[in-house]
Parts: sequence; C-alpha cells; structure tokens
Amino acid sequence: MAYHFDFGSILDYTPVLVKGIAITIELIAIGAVIGVGVGIVCAWARSFGPKWLRPPVSAYVELMRNTPFLVQLFFIFFGLPSLGVKLTEMQGAIIAMVVNLGAYSTEIIRAGIQATPRGLIEAGASLAMTPLQVFRYVILKPALQRIWPALSSQIVIVMLGSAVCSQIAVEELTFAANFIQSRNFRAFETYFIVTGIYLLLSILLRQVLRSLGWWLFPKKVAR
Amino acid sequence: MSDFSTWDILRNLLLAARWTVLLSLVAFICGGIFGLIVLMLRTGRSAWMRRCAMGYIELFQGTPLLMQLFLAFFGLSLVGFNVPAWLAAGLALTLWTGAFLAEIWRGCVESIPKGQWEASSSLAMGYLQQMRYIILPQAFRVAIPPTVGFSVQVVKGTALTSIIGFVELSKASTMLTNATFAPFTVYGFVALIYFALCWPLSKTSQALERKLNVAHHGH
Repeated sequence: MAYHFDFGSILDYTPVLVKGIAITIELIAIGAVIGVGVGIVCAWARSFGPKWLRPPVSAYVELMRNTPFLVQLFFIFFGLPSLGVKLTEMQGAIIAMVVNLGAYSTEIIRAGIQATPRGLIEAGASLAMTPLQVFRYVILKPALQRIWPALSSQIVIVMLGSAVCSQIAVEELTFAANFIQSRNFRAFETYFIVTGIYLLLSILLRQVLRSLGWWLFPKKVAR
Repeated sequence: MSDFSTWDILRNLLLAARWTVLLSLVAFICGGIFGLIVLMLRTGRSAWMRRCAMGYIELFQGTPLLMQLFLAFFGLSLVGFNVPAWLAAGLALTLWTGAFLAEIWRGCVESIPKGQWEASSSLAMGYLQQMRYIILPQAFRVAIPPTVGFSVQVVKGTALTSIIGFVELSKASTMLTNATFAPFTVYGFVALIYFALCWPLSKTSQALERKLNVAHHGH
C-alpha cells in the first residue's frame, strides 16, 4: 500500500505551532541571558575568585558538561521536589537550561579571559582601578568579544537541546509537535515540518547573535 | 509492589548502562565511517557534491537530535518496516554523529598546508590517493583530541533515545522512578553513571590536546 503524504492537516494546528515557537523563544531568551550571566560570574570565580571558591565551581562545570541535559532536567524537575523544592515545568526547564549553559559558557569565557595580555591588567591597576573595575572594563569585554562566535554556537546548541523540555510537559515546539501528531496521526509530516521550523529558528538565532555581536563590540580587539 | 534497596536500584541501572555503552559505540563507529564519507564529499573536487555535504551538515547541526530520532522512528515505519527502537536510535545517532565528525575533521584537513596538496598533485596522485597517503595521516594527529571530545556528546546523545522507547540508562531510570518513587536517588545515580562514562573521555581529550600542543610548540 502506497503512503499518501498529507502536510495540509498540520495547517489546522497553526496556533498550536505558533504558541510552541513563542515558548521555545522565551525559553532560550531567558536561559541565554541568565546562563551567560552565570558563566561570567563562574569564569570570574575560577580565574580571580577566592581560592576556596575554585574547586566547587570546577566541580559544577565538570558535572554539567559530562551528564546529559535530559538527566539534569529530570533531576531538577522530579528529584528536587523530594528536597522540598517545588517547581513549575517552566521554572524547571529554565533552571536546567541556565545551569547547563552556565557550565559551558564558564569554560568558553574563561578561555577568553586567559587570552588577556598581562600588560593590560597591569595598566588598568596602574590607573588606580579597583580589581572589579579592571575585570569589568579591561578584561571582560575584550574576552567576550574574542569568544563571541563560540558562545553563539553554544547558545544555538542549547536552543536545540530545549526540545527535550517537552518531556516535562513544557508546551514548547516539540510538545506542540507531539500534541499535533497525537491528534492527526500524521507523525512523519508533523515532525518533518517542525524539524524545518527548528532549522529556521537556529539560522535566525545565529543571525541575531551575530548582529548582537556587531552591536556590542563595534571596535576590533587586540588578539 | 516489591521493595527496592539502594543496591537493587544501582544494579539495575548498571545493567541498563551496558546498552548506553553499546549504542554509543555503534553510533560512534558507524558515524565515524559515515562521517569519513561525508568528509570526502565535503572536501572533494565536485562542487555540487561539496554543496550536498554542506547542506547535510547544516541540516543535522541545525535541528534537534530529538527531532531526528522522531523522524527516523516514524519515517522508517512509513517505508513499511516495523521499526524496533534500537534501529531508529542507531540510525539517527549515526547520521547525527556523521555530520558533526565530518565538520570537525574538515577543520583538521584544512589545517594541512596547501603545499602538501600541490606536491602530491604534482606526483600525479588522484584525490583518493592524496587523501589516503598524504592528507589523512597528517590530519589524524590533529583530529584525535576533538574526536575524543565529541565522543562525550555521543554518549550524552544516547540519553535522548529513551524518548522513542529504547531501554538504556535514562529509560531505565524513568522506569525505576515509577517503581520506587525515589527520583532523587535514581536520577542522582544516573547522573553519576553518565559522569563516570564521560569524564574520563573529557579528561583524555584535554590531556591529548595539551600533549599535541606542547609537541607543536617544541618545533
């Protein structure tokens, strides 16, 4: 029996798809901003922070980088409530994305910080800047500029990884796909179209991050 | 309902971890072979084959692995097979791994000086001969650390196959949670088992990178 493709039946569910896309974008927007923030703080802690702070930060980074996102998500959403921490699906998903991206961006940003020429830091200190000012104005900005492409790809990877959040019933794009295919029984067509949407989203996100890079760092940095 | 001791939980998880290891190995080996073919097309002489390989890599790097698993699972059953989950999982992971490895290795091939291509070309070597005898042996050295590093992503990627019903470590943990109502313990153990699998690979990759870098600066 020949199979007849029917992509039209998905059009009836456009509002569901649009809502899914909106939530996926919401997840990655919040996750990326806070996640990179966590990365900056942890990168500071690993490079300049007090000695006692370094081992726990390293442990956090290694643990997150060497376990699957799915398990992190399940641990946070299903495991933490037994410690009395109750989260909504959305909170669980965002926390999982933040801790995941935070660990990866710590490593990426730290690499950028390590490439700072020693003389720059000394020059900053000789201008009577406090260590925090030196970090903020002299070290961090050029470091972020150096590693911006790597950080952008990591953010795209985390966006694609957010598909897994459907497993804890966050109503993002993959959840929408599962919902639609359970109604119209057109699994292949539905996933095919949603895969295409993800491809467009990742191309779009890459473009947005590139433009953001141009806007944030208009001047060339010394390498 | 039967009672599970902590040891029972751990024992069952370790049994399931065998499938994670097996699937990772299959995906990595098949993906490596497939990635090599894509690499050949990507760096080859024919322009449209290069474009095809580029499109393939873009497609698999720009979409979630979970979607690829769903498409393999439901797509294969359209063709008329009654697909077991392990087959769909193996296929999707192979294609995904192949795309990433091809792109990693392309960087390594491009790091070989152009003169090597020209010299071997002047010796009347064909593309395959150049690759086989001149380029790949040199690129191999550069390629080892990032390839070992990527194997960590493959191991972690296998966790997603639980969603299409392949019973490996993650699926077993969900099943155990449903039986024991102890998600904190179960997922804690699972995270530790994945960590025990991945961390040595990460460390090996870093050590190799450092070793090769030192050798490089030594010249």
